[in-house]
Amino acid sequence: MTYIKPKFRHPELPKNDIGYVKSDYEGAISTLCAGCGHDSISAAIVQACFELSIEPHRLAKLSGIGCSSKTPTYFLSNSHGFNSVHGRMPSIATGANMANRDLIYLGVSGDGDSASIGMGQFVHAIRRNVNMVYIVMNNGCYGLTKGQNSATTDAGATSKAGGINNYPAIDLVGLALELEATFVGRSFSGDKNQLVPLIKAAISHPGFALLDVVSPCVTFNNKPESTKSYDYVRAHLEATATIDYVPEKEEITVSYEPGMSAMVEMHDGSVIQLHKLAPNWDPCDRFSAVRRLQTAKAKGEVLTGLLYIDQNSRDMHNLEQTVDKPLNSLREEELCPGSGVLARVNADFR
Amino acid sequence: MKPTDITNPEYFHKVVDCQHACPAHTPVPEYIRMIAAERYTDAYMINWESNVFPGILGRTCDRPCEPACRRGRVEEEPVAICRLKRVAADNKGEVKSLMPTAPEKKNGFKIALIGGGPASLTVARDLAPLGYEIHLYDEWDKAGGMMRTQIPAFRLPESVLDEEVGYVLDMGIHTHFNTYVSSMKKILEKDYDAIFVGTGAPKGRDLPDLENRKEADKFVHLGIEWLASVAFGHTTKVSKKVIVLGGGNTAMDCCRTARRLGGEKVTVVVRSPFKDMKASPWEIEDAQREDIPILNNMPPKAFVVEGGKLKGMLFGKVAAIYDEHGKRSLISTGEPDIFIEADEVLIAIGQDNAFPWIEGDLGIKFGKWDLPVVDKTTFQSTLDRVFFGGDAAFGPENVITAVAHGHQAAISIDLFCRGESIYNRLPPTTNLVSQKMGIHEWSFDSAVIEDPRYSVPHAEKQVALKDRKVEVELGFNTGIGFKEAQRCLNCDIQTIFNTSRCIECDACMDICPTSCITFTPNGEEDDLRKRLKAPANNTTQDLYVSETLNTGRVMIKDEDVCLHCGLCAERCPTAAWDMQKYLYQVTKASEIWSISNL
Repeated sequence: MTYIKPKFRHPELPKNDIGYVKSDYEGAISTLCAGCGHDSISAAIVQACFELSIEPHRLAKLSGIGCSSKTPTYFLSNSHGFNSVHGRMPSIATGANMANRDLIYLGVSGDGDSASIGMGQFVHAIRRNVNMVYIVMNNGCYGLTKGQNSATTDAGATSKAGGINNYPAIDLVGLALELEATFVGRSFSGDKNQLVPLIKAAISHPGFALLDVVSPCVTFNNKPESTKSYDYVRAHLEATATIDYVPEKEEITVSYEPGMSAMVEMHDGSVIQLHKLAPNWDPCDRFSAVRRLQTAKAKGEVLTGLLYIDQNSRDMHNLEQTVDKPLNSLREEELCPGSGVLARVNADFR
Repeated sequence: MKPTDITNPEYFHKVVDCQHACPAHTPVPEYIRMIAAERYTDAYMINWESNVFPGILGRTCDRPCEPACRRGRVEEEPVAICRLKRVAADNKGEVKSLMPTAPEKKNGFKIALIGGGPASLTVARDLAPLGYEIHLYDEWDKAGGMMRTQIPAFRLPESVLDEEVGYVLDMGIHTHFNTYVSSMKKILEKDYDAIFVGTGAPKGRDLPDLENRKEADKFVHLGIEWLASVAFGHTTKVSKKVIVLGGGNTAMDCCRTARRLGGEKVTVVVRSPFKDMKASPWEIEDAQREDIPILNNMPPKAFVVEGGKLKGMLFGKVAAIYDEHGKRSLISTGEPDIFIEADEVLIAIGQDNAFPWIEGDLGIKFGKWDLPVVDKTTFQSTLDRVFFGGDAAFGPENVITAVAHGHQAAISIDLFCRGESIYNRLPPTTNLVSQKMGIHEWSFDSAVIEDPRYSVPHAEKQVALKDRKVEVELGFNTGIGFKEAQRCLNCDIQTIFNTSRCIECDACMDICPTSCITFTPNGEEDDLRKRLKAPANNTTQDLYVSETLNTGRVMIKDEDVCLHCGLCAERCPTAAWDMQKYLYQVTKASEIWSISNL
């Protein structure tokens, strides 16, 4: 019986730019069910952080409650972490981000944590454009409480117990587009080729980046008739484009036929390269993304890939014009600039 | 790549590196698990079935299994397989009753075995239970061959040797000791149905052309002859200053024996660099531990004799130069010659085959290096009823190779006597059984232990050097034996992949600690090896390729550094992975002991 992952690793594991191997980004062994999509997403996060050469101590993992919210234990064990109250992760992330803008914030949530109990929190984090990656591990059921239907279960879907869901599903991606989120993507836990570059792009995005990742629950929601099962998603998968994330310093070598590819430059100089583009869709045009999403929905397709990105995103700090340093690095003279400054501020309100 | 054919018995055989590397293909992980379970008798019998001399080999084997051990590829050192074999032998219970006996009623065939070493004894053991009348000839007064004459008692106690040789001889073998066979013709004239030659490589190499070799003759001995003379008590003393020439295991045995017979200043001088020495690293270490300096890059030039007495030897100085093919040449450095004092010199620079007793007109052909022409599978010579094995067949190797030859020669002799084609050989016995006991429960210890290799205790040097019969290596006690046994990665418990069950959730790929598993579009092997999760640069290890999956990809598993921890199977929601124990046993001439007894 193996509850401990052996420490031995492949002796020829490649190193990234800062000398770490991928296992330096791993966490404890997962206690989720065997075959859970969440574990694949954890592995994709590990892969993305390794490839981006992120120093583990520069990242904070935040989560709420649920199977999804347990996963931060299973990746990046050398990073900061905060496991909050059910659905309250966006508030914690907002507060942490206000206090220290230098860290990378990676929020992990589930369909229950975001679309039900935490909905009020979720929408405001979007509205405020908190600079964070917000991954929803979306399995369309409450796995931790034995598989009841959740707010993202599609209407007409049957639960494992046999009950039919009468209510329409909340589409978190559609909602985020409506709320003018600045980075919206959807992916599938079983497609790392798409998921890893999406996570990397989301980390580079200066603002709220939503990744709604369909993640099958093998124990309660993996029947062929479930719209969140491995078989269903694979059969109905439709991607906006295939995606490559190219860091700033790498030269772009692959070229594609004109009209079939697009390049989106990020604020930090990195580039998202999209090819085999879906027709009538422009990643920087929110209306086309909404249209494309609705068309796919009408056809019963699961539309994945990058849906929308706002290249002019201004995050909460930018909107609030906060100080450009983390609060913990401010010295007394900066925090208490003296009575002269106070008098000037007061004068502004007269 | 095409899907891997796991029904080919050789596929998983190769994954069990230790067993594959063992010439006799001893089921190593199986007996190591028995040791961990304190079932020493069963561990011994698994060995005895395969290699006939577990107690002897547990002390003296050349250990081809250990450099092959997978553990050596994931951490520093391999499992101490050889020393674990000794744990089984040291702690076993009664085993004689588990061994086959020769039937009262003979089958009417008579076999002669020339030479009483490991190859002949293996033939005897495999054939005796079938009712063959077996006659064993040896020039000494006891059987064992080089195991007795060349391996010193401080490495292999006589009692261990006598016990294991005895198990074979007790199967009704007719022994003709103190009988040097001087004519093959005379043997052929007797009514033997088949003759097996296991006479080893008995001729120690000399340096006949070295200056003053003749003058120094009284003070110069050939290593293997000198060791034999010590073993039988004919030589009991050596002078204070001794030079041993040669860098192989015989040289190590000579120098250490000399230290025990009165040699105070014993020096080993080797022509080649240290790293090219043929001796096993642990033998070299043991010699160094006994204050024996090993001087390298020094070819001998002359014996220095004054007034009829040996004064010492002169050596040149060379450097090893390797060409682009890795071929070595020793080039003189031009430094002045070095004189080393000595009263006696032991020459242990290699040994050759010698068959002065086989007449040229018998139809037994000899080829390159005066070696007999022998079929590599059947061990038959050009005279159909004469078979060769051990060092006598293809030149000097080691005990375990001789045993492997013996098994195959026995099969040939049996088929030959029964009038069947000797090429009509049975495939190995194989079996593949799931180890699943429940969710996350296996019938083997799947957890990977991170302990480094345990070292073995030695007898105190002062005591050991006083008596050549005091065994130096003391072996693991059962406690350390258990801990060392737990280091085994159970490579015979195979990861079996069932394509039709896989839902491609990636769980196995994500959990694998050593990044062995990749789901990817298929391709040519060279291309695939580069684009797996970790590069698969060890081409001696196969890639396990599945059939095409639903998404059009294939599962590729690089067998190289798989820990056999079972996590892929534990994380698989559909049991597409299973851990199954693979047993591979070389088929012998007779059923010696069935592993299914376990």
